[in-house]
Amino acid sequence: MRACRHVGAATVAVHSEADASAAHVADADEAVLIGPAPARESYLNIEAIIHAARRTQAEAIHPGYGFLSENWRFAEACASADITFIGPPAEAIRRMGDKPEARRLMAAAGVPVLPGSPGPVSDVAEATRLAERVGFPVLLKAAAGGGGIGMAKVGEAGQLAAAFTAAKRRAEAAFGNGAVYVERYLTTPRHIEVQVFGDARGTVVHLHERECSIQRRHQKLIEESPAPGLDPTVKARLTAAAVKGAAAIGYINAGTLEFLLDADGSFYFLEMNTRLQVEHPVTEAVTGLDLVVAQLRVAAGESLPWTQDAIAQRGAAIECRIYAEDPAKNFLPSPGTISRLELPAGEGIRVESGVVTGSAVTVHYDPLLLKLVAGGASRLEAIARMSEALDRCVIEGVKTTIPFLRRVMAHADYRRGAVHTQMVEQGAFNA
Amino acid sequence: MPEEIKAHITGIVFQVTAKPGDRLQAGDPVIVLESMKMEIPVEMPRAGAVKEIRVQEGQTVQEGDTVAVLE
Repeated sequence: MRACRHVGAATVAVHSEADASAAHVADADEAVLIGPAPARESYLNIEAIIHAARRTQAEAIHPGYGFLSENWRFAEACASADITFIGPPAEAIRRMGDKPEARRLMAAAGVPVLPGSPGPVSDVAEATRLAERVGFPVLLKAAAGGGGIGMAKVGEAGQLAAAFTAAKRRAEAAFGNGAVYVERYLTTPRHIEVQVFGDARGTVVHLHERECSIQRRHQKLIEESPAPGLDPTVKARLTAAAVKGAAAIGYINAGTLEFLLDADGSFYFLEMNTRLQVEHPVTEAVTGLDLVVAQLRVAAGESLPWTQDAIAQRGAAIECRIYAEDPAKNFLPSPGTISRLELPAGEGIRVESGVVTGSAVTVHYDPLLLKLVAGGASRLEAIARMSEALDRCVIEGVKTTIPFLRRVMAHADYRRGAVHTQMVEQGAFNA
Repeated sequence: MPEEIKAHITGIVFQVTAKPGDRLQAGDPVIVLESMKMEIPVEMPRAGAVKEIRVQEGQTVQEGDTVAVLE
């Protein structure tokens, strides 16, 4: 909404019955009710959204970063209705959304992918042959799985036969599809991603990296830029690979290539998010650039507003995601009503809140309440500002991730930048 | 001894995975709740037979509601 005002465009919000008094509705020039609370009947209802756009004579739709933002059918429906989809072409969304195809495309473009089976593995003998080739430990992955469901780690050859049979059976039971892949398992990798941006003339630039290793259930809790302690030569190879990968698929608009970085400096393509990400404010803070304004301009057919040389990374920025979840109960959802809300402010602090006092936090949507972003001249200054902001942030009525985030900011390993994706599950930050 | 299984969170019943008469192990899911885009199983607190399922798919349950009864 702010970016639209910046370029002089009027805004229309769409909302469900549950969100009539939501922040994004109040912020827009106009609002259209598109259906009842369940997302399937409102925010995932392509027809209702296109209808709302037509009724209000909207020229373009920004899909945000949830719901239909990575749905190629929605991008196609916009094109058919002669509405600009503010994002990549539908074909790019479809190809990167198909994980095996994305892996093939990136490997063909010269982007490193995790060593593993090119397709489903049929039997124990084949699984053994593949596992010997990629090296133990390996990960058995259900082809139809996602979000960490249907994965099993196998430490040594002796365990493979039993684990493979069990993984096939579980995949069959859970997904109705017993196809299993074999992939190299990285014990304590870092999750590092590269922000890319392309335009219709075929130019692709990167906006540096983000470190997102603090995760639970494969979902990010803290992101930052720069990635602490990242070797400059590794960073140069990472960003070059990301630009090459995005260019290979003719990528337009904002996108992110996610990688796993191993302790030895090797990195592997994980997936591409073909949309703006939740954590984009971290990149905006260190580059001083407005990604959403650039999205609007590029969607309108303009060239990228920056050249690669002009995109500098200055200082450091950290984002903490404040979820309505109980960190003491393994991050279980905590729906309720926000009875009190006090937000921090100050130098280097940016708050993106989707709630106000009185907001109902329902079971229907994602538990993200707000994002705190702290920037500083150095990483330690950003950490200090974030710690203070977390102390000043008061949310009552639901349990939140704030106590957990405070412990991370105070943790010695986090402070020296020694992070990896398994830390939360290993209990490194437990009270 | 009959024992009630209660929902440990508020959510919508996504799936009823057990039926009356099923003999299950401790930790096996009885129902799966959906809340805030997460699927969270309500599990058997001990091994035993399911006597009654008190909820249906699509129904909203509050934290502490009884969802099933064991024999």
